[in-house]
Amino acid sequence: MNIHEYQGKQVLREFGVKVPNGHVAYSVNEAVEAAEKLGSPVTVVKAQIHAGGRGKAGGVKVAKSLEEVRTYADEILGKTLVTHQNGPDGTEVKRLLIEEGCDIQKEYYVGVVLDRATSRVVMMASEEGGTEIEEVAEATPEKIFKEVIDPVVGLAPYQARRLAFNINIPNELLGKAVKFMTALYEAFVAKDCSIAEINPLVTTGDNEVLALDAKLNFDDNALYRHPDIAELRDLGEEDEKEIQASKYDLSYVSLDGNIGCMVNGAGLAMSTMDIIKHYGGDPANFLDVGGGATAEKVTEAFKIILSDKNVKGIFVNIFGGIMKCDVIAEGVVEATKQIGLTIPLVVRLEGTNVERGKQILDESGLNITSAASMADGAEKIVAAVK
Amino acid sequence: MSVYINKDTKVIVQGITGGTARFHTKQMLEYGTKIVGGVTPKKAGTEVEGVPVFNTVEDAVKATGATASVIYVPAPFAADAIIEATDAELDLVICITEHIPVMDMVKVKRYMEGKKTRLVGPNCPGVITADETKIGIMPGYIHKKGHIGVVSRSGTLTYEAVHQLTEAGYGQTTAVGIGGDPVNGTNFIDVLDEFNKDPETEAVIMIGEIGGTAEEEAAEWVKANMTKPVVGFIGGVTAPPGKRMGHAGAIISGGKGTADEKIRVMESCGIKVADTPAVMGETMIAALKEKGLEEKCKTH
Repeated sequence: MNIHEYQGKQVLREFGVKVPNGHVAYSVNEAVEAAEKLGSPVTVVKAQIHAGGRGKAGGVKVAKSLEEVRTYADEILGKTLVTHQNGPDGTEVKRLLIEEGCDIQKEYYVGVVLDRATSRVVMMASEEGGTEIEEVAEATPEKIFKEVIDPVVGLAPYQARRLAFNINIPNELLGKAVKFMTALYEAFVAKDCSIAEINPLVTTGDNEVLALDAKLNFDDNALYRHPDIAELRDLGEEDEKEIQASKYDLSYVSLDGNIGCMVNGAGLAMSTMDIIKHYGGDPANFLDVGGGATAEKVTEAFKIILSDKNVKGIFVNIFGGIMKCDVIAEGVVEATKQIGLTIPLVVRLEGTNVERGKQILDESGLNITSAASMADGAEKIVAAVK
Repeated sequence: MSVYINKDTKVIVQGITGGTARFHTKQMLEYGTKIVGGVTPKKAGTEVEGVPVFNTVEDAVKATGATASVIYVPAPFAADAIIEATDAELDLVICITEHIPVMDMVKVKRYMEGKKTRLVGPNCPGVITADETKIGIMPGYIHKKGHIGVVSRSGTLTYEAVHQLTEAGYGQTTAVGIGGDPVNGTNFIDVLDEFNKDPETEAVIMIGEIGGTAEEEAAEWVKANMTKPVVGFIGGVTAPPGKRMGHAGAIISGGKGTADEKIRVMESCGIKVADTPAVMGETMIAALKEKGLEEKCKTH
């Protein structure tokens, strides 16, 4: 799960990571009030959307007076920001972070992520702050330094010092940098983050080490033990159908095509998209109904697929293991009864309880094209929507 | 011969009194798996499908002599279940549970370092040695005994591959689902190494998906060490970057983990990669023909 910058900074603050003072604002008046409260000579007006690249898209402005705060807040609120991360439709700005400006001496990068190769958490740091870390990794990989962290001892102080030395943090700020990194790692672990990225981390004229930006992502599987984090979810940033799917524990990703897919298992669901493309079709979604799906869940999944107006046909591809084919079949029949089905439906069933599943579909009297294999099903649905 | 498990492997089921575990305990018993006990705290003295239930893994192992366990306990308690099985010094622990927080697995993996227990999974379909024993959730009937080893990050794609092989008349030795999470116990290389050493296995099919670089590392290992033909498949060629495709581990991030890159590296290491999931079996058969192993591997 993703959260906004202002929320991320609040979480980090609780762990002792230094961040500039700031307030969230939902309106122009709130923005001006927030700036008055801060009382700083320079105020930064920052669009709060989940996508990165806000600065380049005109979503971050530096104001030198309350009047300028008003002008910029008015300009940015309600504006649709198109960045390299959120696609051509962009995202409408509904919240602002009003933050005190600071006297930046130098920008750095610090990030904490899971390293799959070592199965450990790593902290990465670079002197090349402010730019995208992927670009740094591409052009000058020698400028990124990594420390692999043992979960038993956590980030050792010497590791934090080594990172700070490697990225040339001035000696007089070493203690503050170590404290910053230690607190950042603690926040990452305590809140089950999947990413904690500070870009840029800055050193200031008054000798502070500050997180000027904060991008925190959280492990969805751990949200059950962090109700405070779960509350920070902003549904306005998410796809309507994906929100609906998550209510039923379905794994759904919206895509641009016209063939709705319902599959069990993430690997098979991905491959179903691939094979539809292979036969010249275009998938409308990724949907994994999961292993423990009930007929009710399958019904909901079907409704979500059909709520996408682009969908011109549906391909159900099931290879039952933990998932039973008869449960899928019952769900399909129930859903079509409830909402009616006017578009082609191709079903391929294989695996646990396959015979009972096929029987349920046969006896339903519904207009369902059955497929003998995955390839057969993909070909049939692609032909049906053409 | 086979990999990790055979008809004599004695297995306990952790979380045996849950609905999913009950269903699959029955299925495993029907397949012939030696399920000798189950574990659910406070349920000692009861039975599931005629299998005695114990309060702790230690009790179950003492009473039954089990060497393997399969875990169906819910995600919040799964890490603890793996640690309990590790402390009971089982040889093999197969964790079916999905949605385990990744930080739990980071700690578990660290805890298991230097210990004798092998973990397969989590978030996996389990391990099956065809016509001998199955430990997990895979549909048994699609497997036939033979000479092809199967290793996969995806459960349902494993079934797909096995089904195609069986339909075409090529049985399997063992199929190992290593799971779709970013931190798992057993990786591709561990399993490929076992298949390489297993005298019954003549060729291996390796099924990966987007995210991480495990397939690339495995491909380099194959090039350097593998004496048997390996074919592959990668799911997610059309997956958009930045979107988690169901599995916690299946995400293209920071330009890393794309299917195209994996396929490129695998092919450069001599692994034939199937164009679509529908031709995984055909791709294997073509490789067998090329190596003159077709007749040896055709089992039915």
